[in-house]
Amino acid sequence: MLRPISTFLHGRNAFYASLLLLPPLLWLGTVYLASLFALLLQSFYAIDEFTARIVPELTLRTYGALFTQPANVDIVLRTVLMATAVTVAAAVVAFPLANYMARHAGPKMKALCYVGVMLPMWTSYLVKVYAWRLILAKQGIVSWAVTSLGLGGVLDALLATPVVGGPSLASSYIGMFIVFLYMWLPFMILPLAAALERVPGSLLQASADLGARPGQTFRNIVLPLALPGLAAGSVFTFSLTLGDYIIPSVVGAPGYFIGMMVYQQQGTAGNMPLAAAFSVVPIVLIAIYLSFARRLGAFDAL
Amino acid sequence: MRSRRDWNRPSLGQKLAAGAGLVFLHAPVWVIVLYAFTTEDRTYQFPPPGLTLHWFEVAFARSDIWAAMRLSLVVALVSTAIALILGTLAAFALARRQFAGKETITLLFVLPIALPGIITGLALLAGIRTIGLEPGFWTIVAGHATFCLVIVYNNVVARLRRMPASWIEASMDLGADGFQTFRYVLLPQIASALLAGGMLAFALSFDEIIVTLFTAGHRQTLPIWFYSELFRPRERPITNVVAVVVILVTLVPILLAYYLTRTDEQGGT
Repeated sequence: MLRPISTFLHGRNAFYASLLLLPPLLWLGTVYLASLFALLLQSFYAIDEFTARIVPELTLRTYGALFTQPANVDIVLRTVLMATAVTVAAAVVAFPLANYMARHAGPKMKALCYVGVMLPMWTSYLVKVYAWRLILAKQGIVSWAVTSLGLGGVLDALLATPVVGGPSLASSYIGMFIVFLYMWLPFMILPLAAALERVPGSLLQASADLGARPGQTFRNIVLPLALPGLAAGSVFTFSLTLGDYIIPSVVGAPGYFIGMMVYQQQGTAGNMPLAAAFSVVPIVLIAIYLSFARRLGAFDAL
Repeated sequence: MRSRRDWNRPSLGQKLAAGAGLVFLHAPVWVIVLYAFTTEDRTYQFPPPGLTLHWFEVAFARSDIWAAMRLSLVVALVSTAIALILGTLAAFALARRQFAGKETITLLFVLPIALPGIITGLALLAGIRTIGLEPGFWTIVAGHATFCLVIVYNNVVARLRRMPASWIEASMDLGADGFQTFRYVLLPQIASALLAGGMLAFALSFDEIIVTLFTAGHRQTLPIWFYSELFRPRERPITNVVAVVVILVTLVPILLAYYLTRTDEQGGT
């Protein structure tokens, strides 16, 4: 019974392909693309200040408020600064482990390391955030460890630092930074290790034979070849930090981040246009960042 | 000169730094497991003053947790089923063909996971409000199926690209029609990729919070229950127990998926 259908489809390749493609495209088109369009449209509406209702007329007023009100500009800058700091720190922290996995570990050890990196990466996101809240809390593990090592004064001094400090690690930018770093670190390690695996050993040998010190070999050979991996990893760390709203609301200082602003504006504040305009900011930033990363070869390393 | 040794064998410092990285990644997960057994119920005191299984019993008797768990499981199952069908269709259509506009369509099939979840979430909410839908079970599923579809598509398309095209030609030459070729040649080849993609999709959906908070309305999935619990510190011990359960429910399918794709990568090539 199926044979006539399949004979009919045979040779009508384009027709067959579009038949296959139709349901998934229809889904993504109606559920996803249409929603993105609705979001974009909302960002060009504005809220009436007296009635608190959304006025469905196209206007740039909401974007105007986003870019002229100092509080909103601060939120964007704070988020970009945090995303940049997390990205740089992730690259530094990821390097030793990625380097060991890629070039020093034996086959068994290497497999173990990869599972060791992927296991925490795949562990429930919320549970990890929660774990860090316990760890960073006032009576938590970090302060216990620091006190038992007799370094309580160092932690207090760190928390007394203006701006980044706070009453405890769980309510300071330092704490938030640690949690972001922890959450996205595997996304940096994996592409970096993949890039480092492709560095030919003979180049390092040659560099050493020609009298380069390890530091010179690292700067002139390893780092340029690892750059695509670093760029690929940084795309993840940067864009994941830009969009997150759970971590800043669970761990951290009172200052707002883009994600929190989006969530709060659509919810309690009821200002959907402003939420939509805020959510367009990460899209634009990520697009800029992607074009920059593409030039560094990030997409060859994925 | 010491150069040759330096690049072929790691120094003690390098090994220690690598080990420290792994400990940093793993310690928080073990902390949660430990806290699920602590006898202290008000503070995050460390080390725990004593260990008990009492909280598992308390959590087990809670009907709100069971309800949230059931909703999360049903949502994950339905979303995975939709994603398996749509993702596989898309993979078959796009794996080997070249046509005008393919780049754009391929981009569309990675966009839901390339853009931050908050954008997907807010966009879906904007869409739901525009057509005047009431947020609930089906809006949660719509969001989850969208990113699960991408996971399944990626898994299946990677497998199809590794499969030699000559196998399909051989099957056709030997007189099989398209459906027979699908049933006896393609399906056995992609079966484990489907299973792996399905399990990853299930785990992602079960754990999803960022999109779900926008699309759930008044429904409470397990992650939403967990999230609200983070701001209500009275029930810490129960939250700890649920955390351990969530770890298990998500990690088991993910590990299975990992071994499924790993073994046939070794065997297949």
